[in-house]
Amino acid sequence: MELKELIQQKLKDNFTEASFEFSEFRNELSVKLNKKYILQVCKFLKENSDLEFLLCEDITAVDWATRKNRFTVVYHIFSIKNNFRLVLKSDVDESESIIDSVSSVWKTSDWQERECYDMYGIRFNNHPDLRRIYMPEEFEYHPLRKDFPLMGIPGSLPLPKK
Amino acid sequence: MDRLTKDNIQPKILQKLLEDSDITIEDALENEMILNMGPQHPATHGVLRLLLRLDGETVINCVPDVGYLHRGYEKMAENMSYYEFIPHTDRLDYLSPIANNVAWVLAVEKLAGIEVPVRAQYIRMMIAELARIASHLVAIGSFAMDVGALTVFLWTLREREKIMDVWDILCGARFTNSYTRIGGVANDAQPEALALVKKFINEIDDNLSECESLLNTNRIFIERLDGVGRISKEDALSYGYTGPNLRASGVEFDLRRATPYLQYDKVDFKIPVYQEGDALARYFVRADEVRESAKIVKQCLQLMQPGEIKANLPKSILPQKVEVYSKMEELIHDFMIVNFGINPPVGEVYHAIEGSKGELGFYIVSKGEGHPWKCKIRSPSFIHIQSLPHLVKGHMVSDVVAIIGSIDPIMGEADK
Repeated sequence: MELKELIQQKLKDNFTEASFEFSEFRNELSVKLNKKYILQVCKFLKENSDLEFLLCEDITAVDWATRKNRFTVVYHIFSIKNNFRLVLKSDVDESESIIDSVSSVWKTSDWQERECYDMYGIRFNNHPDLRRIYMPEEFEYHPLRKDFPLMGIPGSLPLPKK
Repeated sequence: MDRLTKDNIQPKILQKLLEDSDITIEDALENEMILNMGPQHPATHGVLRLLLRLDGETVINCVPDVGYLHRGYEKMAENMSYYEFIPHTDRLDYLSPIANNVAWVLAVEKLAGIEVPVRAQYIRMMIAELARIASHLVAIGSFAMDVGALTVFLWTLREREKIMDVWDILCGARFTNSYTRIGGVANDAQPEALALVKKFINEIDDNLSECESLLNTNRIFIERLDGVGRISKEDALSYGYTGPNLRASGVEFDLRRATPYLQYDKVDFKIPVYQEGDALARYFVRADEVRESAKIVKQCLQLMQPGEIKANLPKSILPQKVEVYSKMEELIHDFMIVNFGINPPVGEVYHAIEGSKGELGFYIVSKGEGHPWKCKIRSPSFIHIQSLPHLVKGHMVSDVVAIIGSIDPIMGEADK
């Protein structure tokens, strides 16, 4: 069985109640899933002996600005065993912008989730150390949101104490 | 380095720093101190700030603080066309700017579905490998300087200077190249540039051996690095290590082999792997990679045939300037592309190349407009800095400098 089919099959068999949406663009397989299952699915993909997605390359979010579920959290994971990259996506609404942290699965997601929190204001459940990473702690905005102006907000960054 | 008091340190950072550490020291903490290292410190390779909690001279906890060079390139990318972002990629990993150009245009081409002529692909491969050599030479030199061997730095920079001369002829800029274009490269590689590359490649093996002879038999160098900053295979993967740092921990993973792009499946090269996972192994991997890259460049020069250097797609690729000034159609296309962008189809792609520091990836979301809806830069240095607390715990303050040098972070890339 081809790997793409195998992944789809395995996910469907092991998470019968979760509804997955599979799509492909430019030969990249992406899976959209409910945010409730993200931690279980990540754990499964990493620990399954046929798949072994040991490397978490990237975690980021997309702000769709006008859509009902405003944010999509995107995970790029790689299986060194199969030389295959998989994209996981999960919608997060603005009113409840919180999703489970996967830092218990891959240690690297610690900072990547912090960056995501800093830039988009999405909070991560059970994250060991959720602070801002680039912007100062006193900063009130999330700069990569589409409603944050490109030129910045004057006076929003406090100057250093003399 | 200055001593901090608890009043002038950010409370959340302090809390993280004072968390219980898994390092056990025989005596209770007698000589506890919090030391602020950086952001202005010659050995932190840019504006990296480390807060170290020390007992005497032993590091018991460390909190890295990044963001001093954050320029918001991801936000800027959302507000400019795909062409306009090429010069900005130079400023990410500024020791191998041309490799970043290659990574960006490859991601855009994947999104837009553009096929690039073979000659342009070989030129891109050649420059990407030369950029890797240049970056590794600086990495080895500054690493040796961090642990006290100053001469090596001068020698490796002398070699790197020759690559700068190649850039100078090739694209007119020595440092921030912006040489690649969507669909090809800016101009064909001149015979003079190729002759310089050939000369450099033939000499690099001997010149590198010369530098290595200063280090590999240097007892101070070896003893300061052997067993320092060790990271196991499992931890390295879990921390998201890629590139030379991962290969020093015994994982044979190279994106050039795993997901071949350009013409990497046509050339023959080895992937150096070391099992130790310490600072010394990371140095050995880099030195071996310089030789392997030289081998790839040599093969590129042989395989490179004369031909087109830009795809022939007038609606999505900027025409040559000569044609813009002499032909009406080209002038119209030029006007449209400059004003409205190349409008790739709706979709999202992630493309990563094996950069000199590790996996350099771009994630682009397109809504079919002239500018990206979102652009995320997956920078290896950011990921590697994250593991610093794990690496430095239990070591001396002077080893911190060696460990930073061994993972080779570039703050321009880490802070985006």
